[in-house]
Amino acid sequence: MLQVTGITKKFRGVVALDNVDFSLERGEVHALLGENGAGKSTLINLIAGTFPWTEGACSIDGQSISALTPQAAREFGIAAVFQEFSLVPDLTVLENLFLGRERSGGLFLKRREMRQSAIELLDDLGFQVPLDEKVAFLSRAQKQMVEIAKALRTKPKVLILDEPTASLTDGEAEKLFQAMALLKARDVGIIYVSHRMAEIRNLSDRVTVLRGGRKIGTVVTAEVSDEGLIEMMVGRPVEQLFPKIEYKPGPVRLEGANLTSESGSVLDASFVARAGEVVGLAGLVGCGRSELCRAIFGLEPIASGTVKLGDRLVDHPTPAGMLADNVCYFPADRGAEGLALLRSARENATMGSLGLPALSAGPVLKFWREHDIIRDPLERLGLRPMAPERKVSAFSGGNQQKVMLARGLMKPFEVYIFDEPTVGIDVGAKADVYNLIKSLVEGGACVIVSTSELPELINLASRIYVMHEGRIVADLGEGEHSEAQILSHYFGGQA
Amino acid sequence: MSSGATATAAAPVKAERPAPHKAGLLDRFLMQGGIVITFLLVAVVATAIMEPRFLNRLNLLNVMRNFAFLLIPSLAQMLVMTAGGFDLSVGAVLAISSVVTATVMLVGAQYLPGMEWALILLSLVAVIGVGALVGLVNAWLVTGFSLSPFMVTLAMMSVLVGIALYFTQGIPIYGVAESFVSGVGRGQILGLPVVLVISLVILAACIVLQRFTALGRHIYAVGSDLRSARLSGVATGRTLAVAYLLASVLAALTGFLMTARLGSGQSTIGETLALQTIAAAVIGGVSLRGGVGRAEHVALAALFLAVVANAMNLTQVDSKFQTLVLGAVLIVALAIERLLLRRRGA
Repeated sequence: MLQVTGITKKFRGVVALDNVDFSLERGEVHALLGENGAGKSTLINLIAGTFPWTEGACSIDGQSISALTPQAAREFGIAAVFQEFSLVPDLTVLENLFLGRERSGGLFLKRREMRQSAIELLDDLGFQVPLDEKVAFLSRAQKQMVEIAKALRTKPKVLILDEPTASLTDGEAEKLFQAMALLKARDVGIIYVSHRMAEIRNLSDRVTVLRGGRKIGTVVTAEVSDEGLIEMMVGRPVEQLFPKIEYKPGPVRLEGANLTSESGSVLDASFVARAGEVVGLAGLVGCGRSELCRAIFGLEPIASGTVKLGDRLVDHPTPAGMLADNVCYFPADRGAEGLALLRSARENATMGSLGLPALSAGPVLKFWREHDIIRDPLERLGLRPMAPERKVSAFSGGNQQKVMLARGLMKPFEVYIFDEPTVGIDVGAKADVYNLIKSLVEGGACVIVSTSELPELINLASRIYVMHEGRIVADLGEGEHSEAQILSHYFGGQA
Repeated sequence: MSSGATATAAAPVKAERPAPHKAGLLDRFLMQGGIVITFLLVAVVATAIMEPRFLNRLNLLNVMRNFAFLLIPSLAQMLVMTAGGFDLSVGAVLAISSVVTATVMLVGAQYLPGMEWALILLSLVAVIGVGALVGLVNAWLVTGFSLSPFMVTLAMMSVLVGIALYFTQGIPIYGVAESFVSGVGRGQILGLPVVLVISLVILAACIVLQRFTALGRHIYAVGSDLRSARLSGVATGRTLAVAYLLASVLAALTGFLMTARLGSGQSTIGETLALQTIAAAVIGGVSLRGGVGRAEHVALAALFLAVVANAMNLTQVDSKFQTLVLGAVLIVALAIERLLLRRRGA
């Protein structure tokens, strides 16, 4: 139905996509796989008309298209749901659903008619979202549903989904998959971008793998192994994504006793974390594990309970105090909380360490040394491209993450807290992050990893705390954490 | 990776999350302009108690007239601000419109002696033309070059004031049509000042625009999130252009009406109008970041400011002191609003 041939895109002379062919049939789910920077988002943006292609041809239903704009793409029946939503926060769900396509009779809006058709649309998809709520007040999952509903309002022939499950809980993702099955049955072709191998396996009919702007190949999903896909994507056989970590549990570095946060997001949580071990925090999105990390670091006000570093009680944790006490925290939302996106990688990497003697003498920065000092951490993390002077926003997601992680290497911290360390980054960067965790732990640091990726918990952590509705409901030691054992605690049940 | 990156199979469907917040009584009060209504009531009651002359018919008419002259440019400011911009040139447009109105009448009188209504109409067309031109240039600079609206309209203000002052040397232009002053400036419809009636009609039009038209919705969308609006197929450039255009035309119309009131064209009026209109808009709940704000609340805020100014005049507060009070009122009003909104978690 959709046929793209020899498409090439250059940005100011830099080739982002090189002579790529791509096709999509009716009722097909065609997955796009590739590391960040491989050209996936360039390809879907070209198909969605966000920007024009440099060379190549595109046709839909045999009708050839010379150039696409977002409006034109929509008229051809192509709708896209990008990771960054096209929702306007200050308008309601209903208003957003019809934004840009309002139905008017003469000068005035047909408000009743739009409401009726919005209700029908959401019912059809099985999404429950309050129509009159402002989008700003919705959860990310609800926004995702609105975004999808909005894309489907025009009854598209082609639907592009860019990592739609990145922020959904499994239950919410399940709803999305049901909706996708419905659309598939209605002959809608779906282009599906995801990093999650299990989803690609369960949902897609074919997979196209891109690397470095080139197409590596298109394969029928059922005929290829996961290892085969990863190898196509990374360009080298990935023996093991997860490194083998040697645990040598030492003295307790961090201890929380009966911690309760003011907002009630953490309730009576007690835990210990030792030097030389990785402690996993598991649970659904919203179970309180992020908030627990934040409370320890002083970002979430604590109502009662204590935090101890070694033997020392920390009265009121603050980010500055915790940093001084060698506790390092990496937030889940690197864009909003971790990085100054418009500043260079160098400045971002040294942001928390400007007070170190290596970098400053009194109020004066030793700016001439800064470049040498960050070079090593950034190289160790494998920043690509190795361009410390570049704006952080110009790097891919995985490399932005590396810039943030470089902060943890500026001095030897004793405790590292990672909140969703691999969210939205590609497999290659994930491996780099895991290797970093390995080297930190084996160097004697205490590492806490809060994540929604079960394989990370299973393969990295030596002990796992499972949280549910703010409480720690299980403490699983080594040998006790298979997927099923962890999941059995996700809903608060006793195993 | 192969162990199943998600736990789809084992996880039962999670119960729907409740809506993140329920609209309680306080919420609804805040959303419906409760803060600005309270400000207004307090100001009216306090003034009426302190100074009984406040309730005189003539004084109330005076308040209403001042309110009207603030309301129209405040609505203009609101349109641009909800679209995510600022218009600092409203005052300057007012000044240059006043000069244009008087000049057209003065010069036109030589060619069309005795045809006062024709002159009035001609000058109205001229000021609307001037307003439209300024608005389009503002919009062109803001959207075409991605310049900051703040800087563009600040520069535009300087340019326009410069033109008006150079042209008039700061001297008022007399000789506007008699019937203009008596009919428009001092005239009444059903016992209400003409200016007030016009401003209320514009208010009604703004309410309809915001609530019942696609254009109104697009203005909110563009102000709230330009990128999302563009991706949704909203003609963002055109929407912004219309917002700036309407704003400058409304400011020009205010200059036209002001000339009728003053009986002369003056290049020095409107100096503090940019601040006053932003104050009215913000007290009325218009977000400085765009996307939020309603005409009826801005109207209440403009009325509040008019009452406060009148109260100070009645109690013979030094005019220099008045600007200080206005600034303080603005800060206090914003601080109260922010505190209440923070409690709501917004």
